[in-house]
Amino acid sequence: MLRRNFLATSTALLTALTALPAIAQDEPLKVGFIYVGPVGDGGWTYQHDLGRQALEEEFGDRIETTYIESVPEGADAERAITQLALAGNDIIFTTSFGFMDATIAVAEKFPDIKFEHATGYKRAENVATYDARFYEGRAVMGTIAGHMTESNRIGYIGSFPIPEVIQGINSSFIHARKVNPEVEMRIVWAYSWFDPAKEADAAAALIAEGVDVILQHTDSTAPLAKAQEAGAIGFGQASDMAAFKPSPRVSSIIDNWAPYYIERVQAVLDGTWESEGTWAGIAGGEVEIGEITDAVPAEVRDAALAVKDSIASGEYHPFTGPLNKADGTEWLAEGQTATDEELSQLNFYVEGITAEIPQ
Amino acid sequence: MIDPVSVFLMLLSAATPLLFAALGELIVERSGVLNLGVEGMMITGALAGFAAADATGNPLIGFAVAAIAGCAISMIFGVLTQFLLANQVATGLALALFGLGLTALFGKPYEGVKAPSMALGPLRIHWIVWLGLAMVPLIWWFLQRSRAGLILRGIGENHHAAHALGHKVHLYRLAAIGFGGAMAGIGGAYISIATVLQWTEGMTAGAGWIALALVVFSGWRAFGVLAGAWLFGGVTVLQLRLQAAGIAVPVQLLAMAPYLATIIALVVISARRKGSAAPGSLGKIFHATS
Repeated sequence: MLRRNFLATSTALLTALTALPAIAQDEPLKVGFIYVGPVGDGGWTYQHDLGRQALEEEFGDRIETTYIESVPEGADAERAITQLALAGNDIIFTTSFGFMDATIAVAEKFPDIKFEHATGYKRAENVATYDARFYEGRAVMGTIAGHMTESNRIGYIGSFPIPEVIQGINSSFIHARKVNPEVEMRIVWAYSWFDPAKEADAAAALIAEGVDVILQHTDSTAPLAKAQEAGAIGFGQASDMAAFKPSPRVSSIIDNWAPYYIERVQAVLDGTWESEGTWAGIAGGEVEIGEITDAVPAEVRDAALAVKDSIASGEYHPFTGPLNKADGTEWLAEGQTATDEELSQLNFYVEGITAEIPQ
Repeated sequence: MIDPVSVFLMLLSAATPLLFAALGELIVERSGVLNLGVEGMMITGALAGFAAADATGNPLIGFAVAAIAGCAISMIFGVLTQFLLANQVATGLALALFGLGLTALFGKPYEGVKAPSMALGPLRIHWIVWLGLAMVPLIWWFLQRSRAGLILRGIGENHHAAHALGHKVHLYRLAAIGFGGAMAGIGGAYISIATVLQWTEGMTAGAGWIALALVVFSGWRAFGVLAGAWLFGGVTVLQLRLQAAGIAVPVQLLAMAPYLATIIALVVISARRKGSAAPGSLGKIFHATS
């Protein structure tokens, strides 16, 4: 057999194989996941994997799930996503911002497969996006931080300067300042989603600068461990991080992806799946606030829960004017709220944060 | 302004995992063996030490178990390369991957568990940091001043000559590999027991590879390893401190700085030195023909 023929045959075979599940109803629906960290990170990826497990529980043998973990963002992601596509998955969830371009590129080559990209903003016919309004949770954390800080310095460990993280920084700061006008914020970029040693060093650096409340936007528990050593407090990120209760972990933002995953896989099974952008928050149950521990005085807890409830009921938006940008120009007028489009491309700090966003 | 004393104290802590792993690898390479599996041995120590500290409630026992576990897993490499004459580069890489996979499997029950906290030594610094610092002159003395160290170096330079003189090449090398494993294990355990206080998969995050680079950087000398670990740890800490202090330096430049500093130092050192300082038999398989 000529080599060229062999390749052509195998490609044809492969195409036939990938198209097969759509025809044969008895075949389980294949659902693929791409994770940025290990499933045991105790944070971001861990929560996505809980969502995957919830799928298996919900649909039983009607579906089959696979995942590839610790996929680096960048060129290698495209290879991993292609691998899942070639393996005959019908729907593939790519669960980190940095997979955005790779997802779009692979989706172009596999028009029959449905893709779902988390936290990005690029969609296509067969690429939907989904995200959670973490900044709503940050508003609650910021309220606690503003009340609890004694040095009036709160710290934020950022991963990468992308809109999602900048929303979190702004939301935390706005709500901390609302309850404590003296508060200032120090920001350290770790340039990683998951690097426990680096995150610990970042927390130690903040503490050395007099910070006593640490908010983190990275996925390991290392900053909490450092906070504990120094008598500072912090919050669980992405997952509850309950091992550090009642202090230093005084509350947490929990990502709950299970309802969304079940809804979307059901849509594929029903044949009603469409490309769209979903962005739910506290109200939709995607963002949960973990237990506020006794390390926080009752009146602070009540204030935090009041913020949470007003966001959940829709009467309050965390980005409500009057708000100015860091350079002093006006962003939102009195009573005006930020649009989703503005937020999804947010690239400036609000007035009061003195740091600069790395460009 | 940034307080230099507190930067130095942070630097000591940040450099410790690298220091242990690189000192261990220094001994291994001085005996003429190239073990690229440092990352695998570190992560093994991180998990085993964490598990032991969790079971006994005593972090010091955790470090002891980490050393034993690192040593044990290095023996796989030792037997394969010394007695079965396997290729050292391939076996070392396999060891690195094996350690990561093995710990991911056995680490599952420890996810979300918190390590017991540890009493701090002088200057609010862990005892293990002081132990790491003490190891530097000890290893220097061993390599430069002791008879066993001299034989070890001789084996590393020319294993045929050492063999002809009647020295047991394989046994010395096996001991060196075991020591390297134990040191890497302690270094890994420092991350899980003293820094992060939790077990997470892949938590050494590449420290083993940096340790390998530090050995080359040091020119295969103990105090060179210390300088390298401090340089790398110091620049890492400093860039975070500059950010935390809100000093306007481009962050990308700062994040790049530790790697950049290491590369520049390597270039400067290799430009000044005539020939390579690497042990003559490094990475070569020894098979006694007579």
